[in-house]
Amino acid sequence: MERTVSFTLNGKPASVKVDDERMLLWVLRSDLGLTGTKFGCGEALCGACTIIVDKQAVRSCSTPVKDVAGKHVLTIEGLGANGLHTIQEAFLTHNAFQCGFCTPGMILTAYALLLKTPKPTEEQILRHMEDNLCRCGAHVRIVGAIREAGVRGGV
Amino acid sequence: MVRGGVMDSSRRGFLALAGPGLFVFFGVERVSAYRQEPGRLPGRQAGPADFNAYLRIGADGRVTCFAGKVELGQGAGTVLAQILAEELDVAYESVDVVLSDTDVCPYDMGTFGSMNVPVLGPALRAAGAEARAVLLQMAAEHLAVPADGLHVKDGVVTDGASGKHIAYAQLVEGKRIERHLAKVPPKPVKSYSVVGHSAARKDALEKVTGKAKFTGDFTPPGLLHARLVKPPAHGAKLIAADTGMAEKFGAQVVKQGDMVAVLHERPDVADEALKLVKAQFDSPPPSVDDASIFDHMLKTAPRRRPVGRPAGDIEQGEKQAVAIVEETYLNSYVAHAPMETHTATAIVENGKATVWASTQAPYMAKPMIAQALGFPEENVRIVAPYVGGGFGGKTAAPQAATAARLAKITGRPVQVMWNREEEFFFDTFRPAAVVKIRAGLNSAGKLLFWDSSLIGGGDREAQPFYDIPNLRTVSVGGWQGGNPPGLHPLEVGAWRAPSVNTNTFARESHMDLLAAKAGVDPLEFRIDHLPDARMRRVLEAAAKQFGWKAGKRPGGHGFGVACGMYSGAYSATMAEVEVNKTTGHVQVKRLVSALDVGMTLNPDGMRQQMEGSITMGLGYALSEEVRFKDGAVLDRNFDTYSIPRFSWLPKIETVLVDDPANLPLGGGEPPIITIGAVLANAIYDAAGVRLLQLPMTPERVLKALKA
Repeated sequence: MERTVSFTLNGKPASVKVDDERMLLWVLRSDLGLTGTKFGCGEALCGACTIIVDKQAVRSCSTPVKDVAGKHVLTIEGLGANGLHTIQEAFLTHNAFQCGFCTPGMILTAYALLLKTPKPTEEQILRHMEDNLCRCGAHVRIVGAIREAGVRGGV
Repeated sequence: MVRGGVMDSSRRGFLALAGPGLFVFFGVERVSAYRQEPGRLPGRQAGPADFNAYLRIGADGRVTCFAGKVELGQGAGTVLAQILAEELDVAYESVDVVLSDTDVCPYDMGTFGSMNVPVLGPALRAAGAEARAVLLQMAAEHLAVPADGLHVKDGVVTDGASGKHIAYAQLVEGKRIERHLAKVPPKPVKSYSVVGHSAARKDALEKVTGKAKFTGDFTPPGLLHARLVKPPAHGAKLIAADTGMAEKFGAQVVKQGDMVAVLHERPDVADEALKLVKAQFDSPPPSVDDASIFDHMLKTAPRRRPVGRPAGDIEQGEKQAVAIVEETYLNSYVAHAPMETHTATAIVENGKATVWASTQAPYMAKPMIAQALGFPEENVRIVAPYVGGGFGGKTAAPQAATAARLAKITGRPVQVMWNREEEFFFDTFRPAAVVKIRAGLNSAGKLLFWDSSLIGGGDREAQPFYDIPNLRTVSVGGWQGGNPPGLHPLEVGAWRAPSVNTNTFARESHMDLLAAKAGVDPLEFRIDHLPDARMRRVLEAAAKQFGWKAGKRPGGHGFGVACGMYSGAYSATMAEVEVNKTTGHVQVKRLVSALDVGMTLNPDGMRQQMEGSITMGLGYALSEEVRFKDGAVLDRNFDTYSIPRFSWLPKIETVLVDDPANLPLGGGEPPIITIGAVLANAIYDAAGVRLLQLPMTPERVLKALKA
């Protein structure tokens, strides 16, 4: 159904007049011009499109816009809006990426973990990140970066 | 290295775009690159014949290198900047690298084969040295001091005696100086302070903030997103397509030959519209599937041609051998599965085309697109921005031609972004392969003969590097082409370290079987047969880090060793695995990789490549195979096609065998080649079963355990 959906996007009010069944990924990328959120698989299997909705990591490729009405949406563009966030700094210093395509989704999935578990153990990190895919094999550094962000007081 | 003044018009074209400053052109020895990758010889390219990259020192004090390489995640821009900073004595932070824009960067064959550092590196060093010499000469004249008393730090030239100084930026201000490479000796390696050390990646900030632009992130005004009707199977022909519903839905429809596209300003609306197209295809004749493929290959490829130099006499070897081991090794088709699917964004206007494309070979895409549009090549510009993983799969860029054609037809910018199903369907897979090896030992337990026969995978590094008096290798087909008709039912292509994962798996598995036959520890058996001191050294480095000991392991765990060569680099790997005998699941506990790529330019960058290789290698070794039947690809997404995940991670330890006496080589591929064999050997050590087929899935491990 075409209607106006309002939510908070990266700390600011946003409204879009769209078919509210459309997936948030495409509304973010093509209606709102926020291309930091990536398409990887379209079926919530890879995590490249992960964003934060009310402090939870959510797959935007499989989340209809109507589901975020009235909620707080955070994308990679919003996370570092006021200078690099600790988790971004940790990814940067660990070189916890290669091609960088899965990176926004990795960072935001990790951010959600740190919100819940500020000092995660290695096992907690592995379990939480399990369904985020990286083809370049940056995994070992991503784990290191998340641990360091936790130690440094994360979120 | 300058070979005459050909193609001056092209050079002026590049210069016009690049602005004022000091320019140094340099050519790389293309011949050597072609020798490394004979199968990839593209159609020769119109373009400058005498230089392949150039650098500019601008009046803003920034140094810019223009090169046709692509940043796929390997850190190409970072290491090239380090080399330039080193030779020019400027701050690393003041160096920019502009990659893979065909309008401003000279021709490059493509980014693959670990060729970035070995091909561009020496040329860049020499160019930096030349530029520095020119600037010192200019500084000497400007300051009216002798040139030999000058030194440079952070781009400022200072006269030691008088203390007078001037910056590079001031020297080139308002001038336009073109120089070609002369024989200026580069810095001695021992005085290096930037190269040989880890440097912050040039792409880091953009990639952690979401600002890094990939092809799909270029969205020019008026952009239409195109979705294409895809055949259900390879070989299926389109009979008819009813697009009425899609048009009613608001999509624009383009039909041209076999191409049926729906376009819309919203990509997801285009997706919906595509579902409304009723397309009819014929059914291709029934053909092979992923189970029958190996019998099919044996039947289809009876004749094989000799590879490399045969040695001795195989029949004599057979007669003298006291023990013979023969096995046949198999591996399935494997997908590249980059996280970024093939994407292109095209603008065609006023007879000119600009195409952003996720490709490893923009200069191969250029003539292809020119042909598709009927444009002269000079009217086509290809830009490969950040590419979200390639691994060989983005050498071909058919999506770029599709986007360009649709942009020309519709008169609007068009973006094509394959969905995941298309990525699995249109991929050029790592080929399935059959490798048969028969080898024998003499009474002293030494290798006497080695006779191998390869089908379908390609012959790179197929000839063993071990000391073997009687040697024969024959091969047919492979990723690079030359396949007998019908051999590969799916399109095949280069996949990270093409041929060499397959051939290393077979050779190094067989070495373990022979070591067991000889009753010798597999590490010792290898070292005893290695004439090359560098390979012995890299094996010993891995063994030292791993703590390799001959003999029995504690229950359930197994150790494995494997080594191999790729593009001149030496790689040795040791693994510890745990095999669950109830489920067949293999957990890799620890993996040590030692690598000799000559001089290491950026240790941390090299370790990233090694870790990436190892992690990706777990996939082809343990889980990845493309299922298919009658031309249809049955794996359509990551639910059935399983790539490595966080829980698979072993403890990874990387050992750099730095050897500044040898020229630097690329490290993005060598460490992956040993992963299949090292795990097969460790599984054998743990569970007593020899897996001869990749991937070594739990089902195959269980089957072997029950046999």
